[in-house]
Amino acid sequence: MPTSVLLLILLAAMAVAYRLGSKRAVSVAGGAAGIKTLHSLPAYYGFYLALWTGLPALLVLGLWLGFQDAIITALVQAQLPGDLTAGLSEGRLSLLLNDIKNLAQGNIVSGEITPALQAAADQYVRLQGIATLALWTLVLAAATGGLALTGRQITPSLRARNRVESAILVIMIVCSSIAILTTLGIILSVVFESILFFRKVAWTEFFFGLEWSPQTAMRADQVGAAGAFGAVPLFAGTLLVSFLAMLVAVPIGLMSAIYLAEYAPRAVRAWAKPVLEVLAGIPTVVYGFFAALTLAPFIRDLGGQIGLDVSSESALAAGLVMGIMIIPFVSSLSDDVINAVPQAMRDGSYALGATQSETIRRVIIPAALPGIVGGVMLAVSRAIGETMIVVMAAGLSANLTWNPLESVTTVTVQIVTLLTGDQEFDSAKTLAAFALGLTLFAVTLILNVIALGIVRKYREQYE
Amino acid sequence: MNSPIAAARPRAIDRVNQSLKRRYAAERRFRFLGASAVVIGLLFVTILFVDIIGKGYTAFWQTSIQLSIYFDPEVIDPSGERDPQELRRADYQKLARDALRAEFPEVQRRQELRELYGLLSTGVAQQLAERVQANPERIGTTEAVWLLADDDVDMLIKGKIDRDLPESDRRVKDRPLAWIEALEAKGAIEKHFNTPFFSNGTSREPELAGIAGALMGSFYTLLLTLLFSFPIAVATAVYLEEFAPKNRWTDLIEVNINNLAAVPSIVFGLLGLAVFINFFGVPRSTPLVGALVLTLMTLPTIIIASRAALKSVPPSIREAALGVGASPLQTQFHHVLPLAMPGMLTGTIIGMAQALGETAPLLMIGMIAFIVDIPGGATDAATVLPVQIFLWADSPERGFVERTSAAIMVLLAFLIAMNLTAVMLRRKFERRW
Repeated sequence: MPTSVLLLILLAAMAVAYRLGSKRAVSVAGGAAGIKTLHSLPAYYGFYLALWTGLPALLVLGLWLGFQDAIITALVQAQLPGDLTAGLSEGRLSLLLNDIKNLAQGNIVSGEITPALQAAADQYVRLQGIATLALWTLVLAAATGGLALTGRQITPSLRARNRVESAILVIMIVCSSIAILTTLGIILSVVFESILFFRKVAWTEFFFGLEWSPQTAMRADQVGAAGAFGAVPLFAGTLLVSFLAMLVAVPIGLMSAIYLAEYAPRAVRAWAKPVLEVLAGIPTVVYGFFAALTLAPFIRDLGGQIGLDVSSESALAAGLVMGIMIIPFVSSLSDDVINAVPQAMRDGSYALGATQSETIRRVIIPAALPGIVGGVMLAVSRAIGETMIVVMAAGLSANLTWNPLESVTTVTVQIVTLLTGDQEFDSAKTLAAFALGLTLFAVTLILNVIALGIVRKYREQYE
Repeated sequence: MNSPIAAARPRAIDRVNQSLKRRYAAERRFRFLGASAVVIGLLFVTILFVDIIGKGYTAFWQTSIQLSIYFDPEVIDPSGERDPQELRRADYQKLARDALRAEFPEVQRRQELRELYGLLSTGVAQQLAERVQANPERIGTTEAVWLLADDDVDMLIKGKIDRDLPESDRRVKDRPLAWIEALEAKGAIEKHFNTPFFSNGTSREPELAGIAGALMGSFYTLLLTLLFSFPIAVATAVYLEEFAPKNRWTDLIEVNINNLAAVPSIVFGLLGLAVFINFFGVPRSTPLVGALVLTLMTLPTIIIASRAALKSVPPSIREAALGVGASPLQTQFHHVLPLAMPGMLTGTIIGMAQALGETAPLLMIGMIAFIVDIPGGATDAATVLPVQIFLWADSPERGFVERTSAAIMVLLAFLIAMNLTAVMLRRKFERRW
């Protein structure tokens, strides 16, 4: 029986507990007339019971589901006959376990089905059956246990509201800690795998090596067996594409923000601004499609006509489209900071006889500069982390070049290509993706922290 | 009195007047630059939409070929028992092929026959099988049936393959072209509304590929994302805005939320792969794991919007509730939250729109797999609409270009609808205190 049924049963049990609790509260108070002797409203007794019915059971369910798979796998692995696992690398072992699981689920298996494998699969199915049964018993026992225990506590003097409220407060604190857990999870997952990677590949080679070809060979004696993990071409490619994007986004974004904030009639502003913001709402995969199927061929043909040799997956196409994507980002952040410049500064400048454009260039922009710089930095961090456009339009070849007409590859593209193929999880190739992820996370984090700091400081200046 | 020195020194007003022309020109230039930046931005929006709609609108119609099919009992039901098993397994492809041969009796050589059969999609067997299963009475009769054409024929009819090109450059060669034109002259080629596009899962054949699987995948993923993220985000927002003491822990939470909002989405994919799939053993490629990753991604958006909504509720509401004896939590749940709900819902819809369009992190957690079946639940392997778009955009067949654009149009339609709902919600419930 699927877990969703169990969840539904639990929800139903909570509803029943709520009814029971509020009914019981009324009856211990001696009917409707006695309600005023209750400490809390009857509904709170219901909530109290429902919480005790649901929460412990849900907790058991969550923990169990989180660890069931790992434990069963470990048990199956421990019972595998020695000659099956002897001398297997960790990767081979995980493949074997995968085979066992596939066999157990009736899927296709990569190798031959030996009796030992079949036995292990049977064992796996058996353990899973036991686990499911145990889970159901445990969860239902927790639910009924909670209900029975708290059901008896209900007396008119039970401070049900306070108890329910402190439970809710605890739940809220747990929810708000998820943000911290997420960051922690990101850091742990990328750092842990990166450490494994840097055990296989020296960090100096990764950060300063000029050659990137992460193809680890099947056999040790094959040509290029080691693979090269010098990430400099990726960093260069990322910077090139982001630079091109900024070249489009910053002037257009900034100028349109200035125009809309300072010059545009109200009617124009009212419809131009939301239309520009449509650009921010379009999914990146759509931009990628546009870059790869419309802009890139267009640029290639254009280059062909004036005698330039343009690669069909040029950095230029990816950069331009990424720039378009970032325009609304730059313009709305600049719009905020320009509007935050006090009107008195404008008035002062006009009073001295400056024209509107002089006021903007000599007063408003210098005053808003920290905010604009912060906004641009956020945009840069966004461009660096952008994935789909470059995956679809920038190509895979790790060229170390500054020529925007050639094909380059970026950090994000490599993460996607390294992790979407079929390979063992702990090969240098997959681990390299996490090392790249760590670099990406660290760089964008630093940019964001600095940018958010600048923006906040700037805001405080004029508040 | 005019002293010579004063006359030699130009007066300030003259210098100003002299420079005025230049300054006004600079003013006009600057203004023009600003206006052109806005125009360029709007132009990009227009080009993007025109390009995608121009490429994709044709995908909503699909070419079919009319053939008179003889539902041959010898082929479908040799035993004559109408056994459903047998009806399912019969060689329906043969019926269509026989009909084609009857249409063009002069075609005899094997190579030519293969070309002739290539006019029809491989999906016609399924089409015919469904017809027979719907009504077994058809067996033994002859009926004119519209059958799905191959994607090359479709492209030719839609004018995406130029008939005037020399044969060597043309995907549809001369012989098939002649047959197609013969059929066209008979009126046996027509374009019909493309229902398979909305009811099929994906396929390697463009003419059979549909978005139903991806749509269902997106639906389950989004539903779970909503179920996970909305309660968590509201609880977090209420806690941070209304209850949290000002200490280092809450500071840390705030910094984390702001930073998570700017972390590249692909990093969340790495998190999902390492933590949810490899550590907790959540099944790969499923809407469940997709929803977990998207929940973490959209949480900051919803939390920030919800906090803004809570902030806009005036303190007098809280004071009044507390004043008549409500507990702090009662104040929140009975008075503040209902007033802040429109703002929170707006933020949630915007967060969901983001989640609907997100692709990169889902590639990491295996939602990129080629899955033909339409998922029936949150733990079935599935893909989502943006990932489907990515996969189709990578396919070399000409027919997939219009399918991709059409899928993008569907995706954009959903996004626009969601954003409009958010705007309407804001308009309708926005309150100035």
